[in-house]
Amino acid sequence: MNPDLRRERASASFNPELLTHILDGSPENTQRRREIENLILKDPDFQHEDMNFLSRSQRYEVAVRKSATMVKKMRDFDIADPDEIMWFKKLHMINFVEPVGLNYSMFITTLLNQGTTAQQEKWLQRSQELQIIGTYAQTEMGHGTHLRGLETTATYDPETQEFILNSPTVTSIKWWPGGLGKTSNYAIVLAQLITKGKCYGLHAFITPLREIGTHKPFPGITVGDIGPKFGYDEMDNGYLKLDNYRIPRENMLMKYAQVKPDGTYVKPVSNKLTYGTMVFVRSFLVGEAARSLSKACTIAIRYSAVRHQSEIKPGEPEPQILDFQTQQYKLFPLLATAYAFRFVGEYIKETYHRINEEIGQGDLSELPELHALTAGLKAFTSWTTNAAIEACRMACGGHGYSHCSGLPNLYVNFTPTCTFEGENTVMMLQTARFLMKSYDQVHSGKLVCGMVSYLNDLPSQRIQPQQVAVWPAVVDISSPESLTEAYKLRAARLVEIAAKNLQTEVIHRKSKEVAWNLTSVDLVRASEAHCHYVVVKLFSEKLLKIQEKSIQAVLRSLCLLYSLYGISQHAGDFLQGSIMTESQVIQVNQRIKELLTVIRPDAIALVDAFDFKDVSLGSVLGRYDGNVYENLFEWAKKSPLNKTEVHESYYKHLKPLQSKL
Amino acid sequence: MQRQASMGSPLHRVSLGDPWSRHMHPDIASERCTPSFNVERLTNILDGGIEKTALRRHVENIISGDPEFSLKNIYFLSQNEHFEAAIRKKVHLQKLAWKLGWPEDGEEFKYAYRAVSGELALNIHTIFKKSIRSLGSEEQIAKWTPLCERFQITATYAQTELGHGTYLQGLETEATYDAATQEFVLHSPTITATKWWPGDLGRAATHALVQAQLICSGVRQGMHAFIVPIRSLQDHSPLPGVTVGDIGPKMDFEQTDNGFLQLDHVRVPRENMLSRFAQVLPDGTYIKLGTAQSNYLSMVVARVELIGGEINFLLKKACVIATRYSVIRRQSRLRPSDPEAKILDYQTQQQKLFVPLAWAYAFHFLANELLDFLNSSHDDILNRDFSLLPELHALSAGMKAMGSDFCAQGTEICRRACGGHGYSKLSGLPSLVTKVTGSCTYEGENTVLYLQVARFLVKSYQQVQGAPGSTLHSALARSVAYLAEPGLARCPAQKAADFLQPELYTKAWAHVATRLIKSSMHRLQTLMQSGADWQEAWNQTTVVHVQAAKAHCFYVTVRTFTGALENLEQEPEIWRALKCLCDLHALHGILTHSGDFLHDGFLSGAQIEEVRTAYLDLLLLIRKDAILLTDAFDFTDHCLNSALGCYDGNVYERLFHWAQKSPTNTQGNPAYEKYLRPLLQSWSSKL
Repeated sequence: MNPDLRRERASASFNPELLTHILDGSPENTQRRREIENLILKDPDFQHEDMNFLSRSQRYEVAVRKSATMVKKMRDFDIADPDEIMWFKKLHMINFVEPVGLNYSMFITTLLNQGTTAQQEKWLQRSQELQIIGTYAQTEMGHGTHLRGLETTATYDPETQEFILNSPTVTSIKWWPGGLGKTSNYAIVLAQLITKGKCYGLHAFITPLREIGTHKPFPGITVGDIGPKFGYDEMDNGYLKLDNYRIPRENMLMKYAQVKPDGTYVKPVSNKLTYGTMVFVRSFLVGEAARSLSKACTIAIRYSAVRHQSEIKPGEPEPQILDFQTQQYKLFPLLATAYAFRFVGEYIKETYHRINEEIGQGDLSELPELHALTAGLKAFTSWTTNAAIEACRMACGGHGYSHCSGLPNLYVNFTPTCTFEGENTVMMLQTARFLMKSYDQVHSGKLVCGMVSYLNDLPSQRIQPQQVAVWPAVVDISSPESLTEAYKLRAARLVEIAAKNLQTEVIHRKSKEVAWNLTSVDLVRASEAHCHYVVVKLFSEKLLKIQEKSIQAVLRSLCLLYSLYGISQHAGDFLQGSIMTESQVIQVNQRIKELLTVIRPDAIALVDAFDFKDVSLGSVLGRYDGNVYENLFEWAKKSPLNKTEVHESYYKHLKPLQSKL
Repeated sequence: MQRQASMGSPLHRVSLGDPWSRHMHPDIASERCTPSFNVERLTNILDGGIEKTALRRHVENIISGDPEFSLKNIYFLSQNEHFEAAIRKKVHLQKLAWKLGWPEDGEEFKYAYRAVSGELALNIHTIFKKSIRSLGSEEQIAKWTPLCERFQITATYAQTELGHGTYLQGLETEATYDAATQEFVLHSPTITATKWWPGDLGRAATHALVQAQLICSGVRQGMHAFIVPIRSLQDHSPLPGVTVGDIGPKMDFEQTDNGFLQLDHVRVPRENMLSRFAQVLPDGTYIKLGTAQSNYLSMVVARVELIGGEINFLLKKACVIATRYSVIRRQSRLRPSDPEAKILDYQTQQQKLFVPLAWAYAFHFLANELLDFLNSSHDDILNRDFSLLPELHALSAGMKAMGSDFCAQGTEICRRACGGHGYSKLSGLPSLVTKVTGSCTYEGENTVLYLQVARFLVKSYQQVQGAPGSTLHSALARSVAYLAEPGLARCPAQKAADFLQPELYTKAWAHVATRLIKSSMHRLQTLMQSGADWQEAWNQTTVVHVQAAKAHCFYVTVRTFTGALENLEQEPEIWRALKCLCDLHALHGILTHSGDFLHDGFLSGAQIEEVRTAYLDLLLLIRKDAILLTDAFDFTDHCLNSALGCYDGNVYERLFHWAQKSPTNTQGNPAYEKYLRPLLQSWSSKL
């Protein structure tokens, strides 16, 4: 092991193993996760080649092979519990870029949520056993997040009792669905339902794409891969054009809405229910943001302990770059963010399962808040993580730019999270809509509950408009609870400003929509402040649940750093709202620098606690043993350009040029 | 008829000539039908004159008319194919240039580089040549320049090592003088001393300019540059003692063979040390002829050229693509009765795209000014007058750091503003992002550069402190002259419109920069008074120093932009359009750093709200000119190489067509045969 890392590990103030147990939920979970990971690590069938040296077609082929191996192995190892499947996939597939992935995450989930019992009987087992491979085709070339704008049609023909699927324009071609290009033979297609001459909006249709046995597309189906992308090289994101393609009536998912054989349309009880799948996926993405950021921090912080550069004092050996204040200031707030998002992801997952049970019992009251919260937090965490991974990459200097660091891959595979499953700005505006509704509700005298209950305390809602006096003036910058209050005040203030600006615009403009558009920058700001408050609140509440003193101490430092760093970055908001004074902001900045030195000795232990295997980091810079340079050199030698001593371009192009004169 | 059409619109000139470019999409045509200024005139201004526009277009026509320069399949190539294609294009271009008699270092090469979208290999070859000119003696220049120009050698510049980057004194490669043979012995003593990253080194170069620690008569004399032959001129195989190869796949720059180089006691003659600023006499006597900074000159030149010639181009292209796509893409409705709205009509989209557009213009004018400064001081420096070098060094470092920071952010904002399609390589945006983001760490890591600026600011401020009210200010560098000017304690603005006065916001930025520089100085002094030595105190205050340096750089961009506007007063329409961008840049900066402006009460909370009002109103003003402001960059569709960003706006047809050409669609599906079929059948066999 690299001596720097050994020294770092020996001097940590806590045992990272205990923190790993907390992150996994319990020591038993940690143990089981490692058992599963060891199954993969020890099995020669899971030999791991370096994707960086392969072409896109080769990468797709490897990914399909991995998917196939995985399906067989999970059968053999008898892994069926959802959490265990996740642990398995996380190590094996690394970035979840899995051509058959959507079969499980979307096709089966949608079938379960929206299919009737008969439909589940017909397709569920076959898709679970991969006799059919399904995907989920919603997005079109010209239409994304705005679902009502989708153009694909499904017109009911009562004579044959079939739906006729059509892509009427170029913009209506289905575009982007994963696994659609080459892998899947079924898709759930989202289309505008037309029956008896009337359009009833979007519904889901089980659509066979390719012939079983030959894998050839059926007549009426044009399907293919959409070409190279920023990342997701292994995934065959596809296009699908439907030309008068007929499917039986029974292929429409009819748990809620129905079309009778004669073409009569039966409305669903609540249209909110279809949000279920989206809420699930978005809550999952919050956890993914945390995981990707944890990986980036692990790589950048380990490398920063191994890399030596420059001098702090003349004559002394070059220091570890992690000893530079600027490097700590780049990385430690991100490390704190990774922990914050971990706990937020945990909270959302629990909340989703709790509310889902309530929905099962017919109680939909908490769904709007859950929907608003997951939309906003998905956007907030993915935007932050996106920038943070890039910051980690740049903190590794030039080597971060090489694929050997693993960071470019991490970035390009994470960044679509900002646009898929709901574009982030649109997500923030959905949260804002909920915030505005809650604000109006309070304004009209009704109390609101949940994460927005702070709106009940807005000074303007009280009889005396004594803005400043009512608000608590002194923030204690060493108390997570007090900082949570400060974030709460900021959120309340920005929600109120957005609401008032919206009201003003509504008075001046003819249409509500135009007013909404002209306030949208303020609205997004309000949503961000709300989400930021939620994250700070959940992090500080998590501290109370931790028994082990040494762990609590280090997490408390991270929680303070996360909260104070946010204040420093948005100092204007806190000053303008008189939530903090100038001298407090100076203290905040000072305290941040103190916290950097408090966290410094534990930095390596804090990333070790994430417990990523080297295979799963895919990074020469982030290796557990820290032997970076030797392995970097070995890695480079494998570059395809190094296959021959003299590259063919020399004979073809350079030599003729040299001899030209 | 045809002629008229081609005169009325640049469509004919810039288009790819594919089936879709015959029809202009009505949604983009409507953006151009009542221009508020003359786009062609703005293009001329950006190019630096009508003649330059003409010459550029002449070169572009040659490039886009020659199938050898086609970029059609570029997104489908493997690293190896990409590299070979870039070598082929470079060689073809060189032959063409000889045939057409293009002058060495002429504008034609610059325009050709732009027209082929930088898809050329052997770019460091030119840096080698320039370094010889900066650091070599007259004899060395006379010997090596023609060899380079005739491509009898291909050369690179090898500085960075596996374990050492921006901190030059830490480099380990050694050049030990052997007086007995009058040779230098170049050696990589450790694995971390391996040269790592130089472009063209991996496969192409025959010679390298190697930066190494000079050791004369047992004394270390610091970094010097040595010309080292690394490959045989007969068969291109590595010379004895040389281990060389490619460093493997990167985020981008596949056209370049970034390489590694290990030297095992490789001997070069004494004449191969570049000796404009230092010499080793035959007996091993070391003579210094310049200051330590003179070695930095070639880096200064590289950074200045990087900002205008590379980084900002990438941002400009991203702005063109994202803005054009945003008037074609429609989504949701603004009013229930309307058709779906162009996404550029959404305030959030305007905020995303117009700020980077303002940056693109800001850095355009900044790069021009820096280039002028460089050209006017370059000869003095070569003649060993170093008085302007500190400022030039600080400015080029700061502007490289800020330029790459902002251009990288802006390009990525543009990419994400295109939603899912921005993720497709066919949009052209991912490769712009991966190229521009590399510039944040190459040619000097940005944080290190900001700290170099901070040191310059500390010295300048000490100059001001040392001579209050005296005439010594004439010695103060121009870019920091504001430090000595009396400022206001409070901003006098009363309403939103007041914040549209360039003088007012320039002063506001000068105020904040001055305050932050003062406060970081104060912090440094306090720590030293409490017993810390200078180095420790410096490390403990680097975060605030970086903050001060960033504010200073921001001030410089605002001042330069307002200065450029003053020169445009004869062009009222263009002035009006660009002033909105200048205002937007300055005010966006104030809003994102509002804490710094509120901090000492320079702005009040109420004033910040007025800034916000002014800022949001600007978005609407820029909206109507957005397409024109991006058209004015005058990129051909060939060089944009984007399915989303073509001049004619026919996005979706082109995207569908391009995707179908992907090798994943044209080369069958071996994965199905090998893995999917057996998998699909594995269950049926069990049933």
